[in-house]
Amino acid sequence: MFYREAGDFKSSYRSDSQTFPIAFDRYRYYALLVFAIGVVPFIVDDYWANAVLLPFLIWSIAAIGLNILTGYCGQVSLGTGGFMAVGAFACYKLMTAFPGLNIVFVVLLSGGVTAGVGVLFGLPSLRIKGFYLAVATLAAQFFLVWLFNRVPWFYNYSASGQISAPERTVFGAAVTGANAQAWASYLFCLTFLIAVAWLARNLTRGAVGRSWMAIRDMDIAAEIIGVNPLRAKLTAFAASSFLVGIAGALFFSVYLGAVEVGEAFGINKSFLVLFMVIIGGLGSIFGSLAGAAFMVLLPVFLKNVLVGGLGWDTALAAHFELVLVGGLIIFFLIVEPHGLARLWELTKEKLRLWPFPH
Amino acid sequence: MKKVTTLALGAALAAGPAFADLVFPDLSYRTGPYAAGGIPFSDGYQDYFSLVNARDGGIGGVMARVIECETAYNTEKGVECYEATKGEGALVYQPLSTGITYQLIPKVQADGIPLHTMGYGRTSAANGAVFSNVFNYPANYWDAASVAISYLSDENGGDLTGKKITLLYHNSAYGKEPIRTLEELAAKHGYELTTIAVDHPGQEQGSQWLRIRRERPDYVIMWGWGVMNQVAIQEAANIRFPMENFIGNWWAGAEHDVTPAGDAANGYKSLNMNKVVDYPVFAEIRSLVADAGNAAGDGSNIGSVLYTRGMYAAMLAVEAAKTAQEIHGVADIDASMMRDGMEALEMTAAKMEALGVPGIGPEFSVSCENHGGSGLGLVQQWDATAKVWNPLTDFIEPDNEIIDPLIKADSEAFAAENGITPSCDG
Repeated sequence: MFYREAGDFKSSYRSDSQTFPIAFDRYRYYALLVFAIGVVPFIVDDYWANAVLLPFLIWSIAAIGLNILTGYCGQVSLGTGGFMAVGAFACYKLMTAFPGLNIVFVVLLSGGVTAGVGVLFGLPSLRIKGFYLAVATLAAQFFLVWLFNRVPWFYNYSASGQISAPERTVFGAAVTGANAQAWASYLFCLTFLIAVAWLARNLTRGAVGRSWMAIRDMDIAAEIIGVNPLRAKLTAFAASSFLVGIAGALFFSVYLGAVEVGEAFGINKSFLVLFMVIIGGLGSIFGSLAGAAFMVLLPVFLKNVLVGGLGWDTALAAHFELVLVGGLIIFFLIVEPHGLARLWELTKEKLRLWPFPH
Repeated sequence: MKKVTTLALGAALAAGPAFADLVFPDLSYRTGPYAAGGIPFSDGYQDYFSLVNARDGGIGGVMARVIECETAYNTEKGVECYEATKGEGALVYQPLSTGITYQLIPKVQADGIPLHTMGYGRTSAANGAVFSNVFNYPANYWDAASVAISYLSDENGGDLTGKKITLLYHNSAYGKEPIRTLEELAAKHGYELTTIAVDHPGQEQGSQWLRIRRERPDYVIMWGWGVMNQVAIQEAANIRFPMENFIGNWWAGAEHDVTPAGDAANGYKSLNMNKVVDYPVFAEIRSLVADAGNAAGDGSNIGSVLYTRGMYAAMLAVEAAKTAQEIHGVADIDASMMRDGMEALEMTAAKMEALGVPGIGPEFSVSCENHGGSGLGLVQQWDATAKVWNPLTDFIEPDNEIIDPLIKADSEAFAAENGITPSCDG
């Protein structure tokens, strides 16, 4: 009944290869965008923005970033937390060094700095592959966190090593700092997510994306048909780190406002993003969003149900939450090893025939 | 844009709470690597409010309500907890985490809710002219560092020249706080300071203690929390470092820190900002709260170091609330009145005696210029056979000559960064 393409004729290549070829899907997508931009900002409160929506949007950007590297180019990375830290510290240094610079450019430049660092740490990927590359990126993770802890220049010689984001405005509305309105920070991050998703989608279906996927599927074959592995791998590292850097900058400046590198960007953050990508679906933009939603929203949802709804003891609820989230991860991976994105595809197939499957 | 703001404001006002009771959120952590310290503190904090409700019928006739929210010492969960509870009419936040404190400082200033970080958090918040909503009485980290050095100086007949002192610290904002003070003090007293970092959570300290063994410092001062403390004390025992030369700060001196090392921990010293003895109030808590089945935990922590500190924190909050009720003449106070109460708080010996805790803390009074209290701290020592912490000294005066300029410099830097004009008139 839903998602039928009967009667939906394409008369140009352009309309045939669009992101949402099925009319129902496309309208649903537009409706979602209108809701997210036109309705949510008017109803969002501090709790929804700071505890639910901002982390979801920011982690989605990070997951899309890692998905480019791991899902599309096949290079496993455990350095995401470290690269987010680069984005955050670049953002802090730029914010404090150039107080007049608009925050939008600060965030983009932070992404640029991270892309540079990412390319540097991507160089070993030309020689080492698979698990060995994962270990090399793990070294990046530990090195970067150590560096930001060790060199006082990065945190402007503050006594505690904490960095905190001063107030910055976009079109007169504060998006960072304590006086930022919930709707303003939400819209700011949402704009970045939409831009990032659009960029990632168009990168991955163009020539660059094809070269990434060729490398992922079989690097020797790709080299034989003329894909330059140096170029493909380093562009993947650059694009991925750019997005992860943007996520790190937003995570620090808009979401938390003050961070401490070891706590905010530790190894568990690298794993968190990797889990998002694996659970959501490797090589899928929708999967990145679904994975981020699963890993970020589920614990908050469970907490509210168990403590707020059922009145459980907070410690018991916190422990049970870990058990439940872990159990659900295993469940989803057994039921559908290709992640939530694949599950969604299957649902769409079924919905197409529903309610008369034969 | 303006319309959006008005709408958002309208929504915020509509969601505003009706003041039926006095709300004290408890951002606790009963899970994760720091739970061993978080549990007794939170038990003490909650039990005291239960006692006040059961014994006095609330604060000035209004019942106190504690909302517990689990943070696991994690800053993101801390933010979630803050946002989730602030709409309930929260009067004061006590996150028991320096990381979460740094996050909340700008938020509480914007929302007008006081933040009390007792002996932790941002030290320069003691300057109330800049940090109008942040309080860290009765003492802060820099006081602690100074008290430890004063104690060591007294032990050595007033002269520390040429002594080697090592700071073993948790590699986080919390652990880094005392470094600058210790450096300034090193210049004054002529001791040689080395700093050794331990990364979160601190289960692995082999290389650090190897270094201590090689360098043979005269004293080791520890700024630790959670599992790091037990591991450090065990490692110190392994290299046979003399325990009486090993001093933890007040977050590294509870029962659960020393018991795992058994007899080897005998003689380990730590600072404390509140004296731990068997106060009459514990009997009241046992009979009115624990026996009535209202204890926050299983009741086994009553009287322990961190339980006492949590209870002391709640006691200071209750006294501040009473002060606020007196100032404003209403029983149903809100967060801004609570702030006024905290700024006018005065703790006298007679007051502590009346509360059933004679001599638990130093006498101090809070003012806008000084949100940090008197800064006194004492040194206690672990007796492994009797399994008790014995207070070794009376409250020791910190070196304000060193600390005050540091507080002034750091708070002014914060004011300049955030465009705050320091003022005590408003």
